[in-house]
Amino acid sequence: MSYFRAENLSLHFGGLKAVDSVSFAVEKGEILSIIGPNGAGKSSIFNLISRIYPPTHGKIFFEDQDITQEPAYDIAKLGIARTFQNIELFENASVLSNLLVGRHRHSTTSLWQELLFLPSVRASEKVHRRRVEQVIEFLDLEPYRDKLISGLPYGVRKVIELARALCSEPKLILLDEPSSGLNVEETDDMSFWIRDMKSELGITVLMVEHDMSLVNRVSDRVIALNYGRVLAMGSPAEVQSHPDVVAAYLGA
Amino acid sequence: MRFIFKTDYEDDIRLLPHSGYIWTYGTLLVLLAIAPFVLSSYIMSQLVFVCIYATVGVGLLILSGFTGQASLGHAAFLAIGAYTAAYLQQYNVPFPVYFLAAGLLTGVVGALVGFPALRLQGIYLVIATISFAFIVEEILARWESVTHGNEGMRVKTLSLLGASVPRDSPAFYFLCLGFLILTIVGSLNLLRSPTGRAFIAIRDSETAARSMGINVALYKVKSFAISAAITGFAGVLFAHKLTFISPEMFTLQLSIEFIIVILIGGTFSLHGAVLGAIFLVMIDPFLTYLKDDMPGIIAGVAAAFGASKATASNIQSNVAAFASANGLKGAIYGVIIMVFVLFEPLGLYGRWLKIKLFFQLFPLYKRATFKRQKIYVKSERNR
Repeated sequence: MSYFRAENLSLHFGGLKAVDSVSFAVEKGEILSIIGPNGAGKSSIFNLISRIYPPTHGKIFFEDQDITQEPAYDIAKLGIARTFQNIELFENASVLSNLLVGRHRHSTTSLWQELLFLPSVRASEKVHRRRVEQVIEFLDLEPYRDKLISGLPYGVRKVIELARALCSEPKLILLDEPSSGLNVEETDDMSFWIRDMKSELGITVLMVEHDMSLVNRVSDRVIALNYGRVLAMGSPAEVQSHPDVVAAYLGA
Repeated sequence: MRFIFKTDYEDDIRLLPHSGYIWTYGTLLVLLAIAPFVLSSYIMSQLVFVCIYATVGVGLLILSGFTGQASLGHAAFLAIGAYTAAYLQQYNVPFPVYFLAAGLLTGVVGALVGFPALRLQGIYLVIATISFAFIVEEILARWESVTHGNEGMRVKTLSLLGASVPRDSPAFYFLCLGFLILTIVGSLNLLRSPTGRAFIAIRDSETAARSMGINVALYKVKSFAISAAITGFAGVLFAHKLTFISPEMFTLQLSIEFIIVILIGGTFSLHGAVLGAIFLVMIDPFLTYLKDDMPGIIAGVAAAFGASKATASNIQSNVAAFASANGLKGAIYGVIIMVFVLFEPLGLYGRWLKIKLFFQLFPLYKRATFKRQKIYVKSERNR
């Protein structure tokens, strides 16, 4: 049994088949990249996994549990975190509170305890904060702790979004184009962090990416999609030399 | 300028970050404590209204400012609190009991209003809450066996622990002030814990909030319930202050007054509710002044500039007619809202922060410090 499995996953918008019976599996501790031309259905697969859209057909399994019908907010509780292609941060809050929202799935305090801010709340806040600080250190975000998101440059926001996902201590992380909008150095940093996430934090990574150099550097396996269908699956080199993939990118 | 060297996570958790806060808020508390023994009874009465409006303002801020759910129905929540108190009082229920009952009932009603709000956003939510307010107003007017309809209800003098607390007494002022402080501290506690952060997350991006494990529906309902409950508690105090309540007191205009409280004060901080309440309570004396003195003054100025006696008295009667025109208050509210939205979107508290920063950084203050950067990349697809 695989760690994470999608079976015959389909998403139809009327006649448009954004995702068309896609099946794949992610093994524990690997980095799997999904590539494909624009509109191939990569982000749609992510939105299916994080339950922003309900799938038309198919099932999703995580740790041998069918999560196809789980509500969106429970996906994070199961240990699946994600980032977004076009950053979805909490604009008018500080970096620190953004990251602390990432800890939400671990909060156990009740409303009444919080209204009175009992010692138990204070203690759990400190635990959350300590975990957040570990992530801040991991991603070199120290200078930005108290800054508002709305005043930060794009590259930093991208990292903060990754940090927020890491704060939830996920088992599986979905990265939607982690390098989009980043310059060469920032992309380098990102590739190191993705590999460290795997080796140091033991997180399984599922990633959508256009930057082939990043894909080559970090991925264990690659899936190529086009028109919602799987074209090829295998090691980065295999997939890139696959005739269908070449045809999809360059034209037949 | 003060630089705070943080050495402990506690530094980011505590409510008063440094000794400066303790001094300013301590002084403010002392001033508020001696106020009833120094100030005139008129000003004290206004201060009680400031406390009540600020309490509602804090409640509305939690919902609109921090959770991002607009509401024009808070007059209805205030009415439910006030009528619950007046109704239970008839059966000689003691104050603490009907005070709690009013808050709880309003909270439950708030949660029920919250459910349709799960599917509505922006202007549609405003319309839904207005409809709710109208429904409540109509029920208050028609359900005569309970509310006495348009005759209204008389509210007996508050009695607490066997002592009577008349509405003009310092004790009543301290009760209102105490409840305001309690509300503010409770809200601040909430805002620095996971629930408050979930509210802010929902305000800024529901999609991201959901993907972080926040049950958006549950927290929206929670926010509605908390906001309504606070308003319901304030309603009890409101009823006792007015000693008489009737449906026409809880109109749309009152809801708009609450919006003014938070909009003028500043929607991003609880300070805004208090500043906005002070501003709002000052509008009425200003209007009275406009009615009583302005016509004479303007006519006097006109006469000084050489207008004939007939023209001057003509001007005086015209200005007087304008100042006592029906609906002037509503028009002034409208103008105030527009001016603030256009020129001071951060409200009075935002202005205060700008002034403070100006002096802290003098002479290096940059005018663009508070300018918002326009972000074009934000995705609208995953709504």
